[in-house]
Amino acid sequence: MSSMVKVNGLAHSFGREDVLKEIDLTVSRGEIFGLLGPSGAGKTTLVKMIVGILEPDEGGIFIGDEKVPSLDLMRSIGYMAQSDALYQELSAKENLDFLASIYGLNKQERKEAIHDVLQIVNLQDHKNKIVNQFSGGMKRRLSLAASLMHKPNLLILDEPTVGIDPVLRQSIWEELTKLKENGMTILVTTHVMDEAEKCDRLAMLRDGYVIACDTPEKLKENKQVESLEGAFLAYGGRNL
Amino acid sequence: MNTVAVMKRIIQQFLRDKRSIALLVIAPMLVLTLIWLVLDGDSYHPKIGVADIPEPIQQQLQKELEKDIVEITEGEAKEAFEDGELDAFITFQNLEPSILIEGSDHTANREVVKHVQAALQSVQGNSNKVEPNIEFYYGSENLNVFDQVGAVLIGFFVFFFVFIIGGISFLRERTQGTLEKLLSTPIKRWEIVTGYLLGFGLFTIIQALIIVSFAIYVLDIWMAGEFWQLLIVTFLLAITALTLATLLSAFANNEFQIMQFIPIVIIPQVFFSGIFNLETLAEWIQILSKFMPLTYGANAMQEIMIKGKGIGDVWLDLLVLFGFAVVFYILNIIALKKHRRL
Ligand SMILES: Nc1ncnc2c1ncn2[C@@H]1O[C@H](COP(=O)(O)OP(=O)(O)OP(=O)(O)O)[C@@H](O)[C@H]1O
Ligand SMILES: [Mg+2]
Repeated sequence: MSSMVKVNGLAHSFGREDVLKEIDLTVSRGEIFGLLGPSGAGKTTLVKMIVGILEPDEGGIFIGDEKVPSLDLMRSIGYMAQSDALYQELSAKENLDFLASIYGLNKQERKEAIHDVLQIVNLQDHKNKIVNQFSGGMKRRLSLAASLMHKPNLLILDEPTVGIDPVLRQSIWEELTKLKENGMTILVTTHVMDEAEKCDRLAMLRDGYVIACDTPEKLKENKQVESLEGAFLAYGGRNL
Repeated sequence: MNTVAVMKRIIQQFLRDKRSIALLVIAPMLVLTLIWLVLDGDSYHPKIGVADIPEPIQQQLQKELEKDIVEITEGEAKEAFEDGELDAFITFQNLEPSILIEGSDHTANREVVKHVQAALQSVQGNSNKVEPNIEFYYGSENLNVFDQVGAVLIGFFVFFFVFIIGGISFLRERTQGTLEKLLSTPIKRWEIVTGYLLGFGLFTIIQALIIVSFAIYVLDIWMAGEFWQLLIVTFLLAITALTLATLLSAFANNEFQIMQFIPIVIIPQVFFSGIFNLETLAEWIQILSKFMPLTYGANAMQEIMIKGKGIGDVWLDLLVLFGFAVVFYILNIIALKKHRRL
């Protein structure tokens, strides 16, 4: 499999705090790649850099053959931030319509895209509701829908299922698997172990270092533990 | 295309926020009305003392004022001034009327001059006009202060409310994460700034139209120039306020910090833009006022409203104002680099 994202020697600090140190990662085309790490490990910082909205102090990132940041790349990346970025005064449909037009979809395409993504996150019935009347989980789902609208090649999700109930979480993961089977590459951050299990490959991040990177099965096997939690501790991560 | 999308979204959002629209349009009208009520109470009848003035003029004056006139000496008049019991003292010297005005209250000053001139005119007719010789007991106050203030105030309130609303809505774009989300799309930085400018620009045009009409037709502020020309100045001032607000909001982390810009950026502009006479102030303040957009906006508005001048006469002010807006606009685009280099 060819590589989709290549992160080389990435380092970054906020003021005196070194948040990322020598990160090297490769995400292959068409896989679901998980970024697992405790709060403050630097997951959000890393994915923002991959998206191109934060510039690293050192190192570089390539997506395909192109160097980040690039407006061209942004056209084919879908990004869902950790906190919902929605226009509170607008309805779900208006939010999506706005983003879709920024991605250059025409009127017909926008209509279809809005229908499709609302279906995925199961929000069809709330299409015309104003966002500030949404529950937390509904906002989360709408944010996810917003990142899917332009059918990106690379989908980057920062803790997408926080605040979403187990049933819906299950169905969202089924959708993500479907998207993957249609050729999308997905990069997802999480603290949740059962979600991490569902990733094809996993990087464990702690204190700005990648302490391990492999398939969930291999990670467990290497340390001869039953659970990913055990593997994380064995690789030198303290409690999640 | 992206610019249009941003503009459309701003308009949609703003239309849902009725209170902010009210703040933009109704608040300035309300405050102007309050100031008008305080400064322009036209029912004020000045108390006037006279000595040795021709009988017909005295009678006419009495009719004008609907009030008795007291005959006193100059010495008594000055005593009455000290006690604040008299507004003006009129005598005739060499057949020329001479008015001594108490001078501490603009409304009274204006009323005195208005009534005396009306009385003189109705007695003398238009043929041989004798201009009264006016002196002030307290200082030499500029009689036009009220009308001057009116022009500056319209400019100020437009500036103020556009600044607040523009600044806070752009700030919210950052704090609620939508700016970051937008920057993760292929939109260009200038498209975001331009979209904002156009979306809000539409509301500032409406705002300028309503406030200027209100001041002129309802409050009856002195207006010698052309309506549409005043509108252009007001709009230009609003756009300058908007671009400045979005720029400064990049340096604020919350709504409260936007408010902190008011005493630093807004209030000094009021003081140094023409409400008070700048020529008497220290040189450094005069230089400082040259860096304030409101100085040029207020000056242009005064010229148009009070002196009846046109765009052709105030083009330099407008050019400077436009220059401010362009510079702020470009700085806005550069400030977004903080979030994304491209
Ligand atoms: N803008 C910023 N300024 C200063 N420090 C920051 C900034 N953003 C993040 N940090 C710091 O960088 C470190 C990593 O933050 P990051 O948001 O990447 O963590 P995370 O792994 O996403 O955590 P969580 O799971 O809680 O979201 C934290 O210690 C945080 O305090
Ligand atoms: Mg995070």
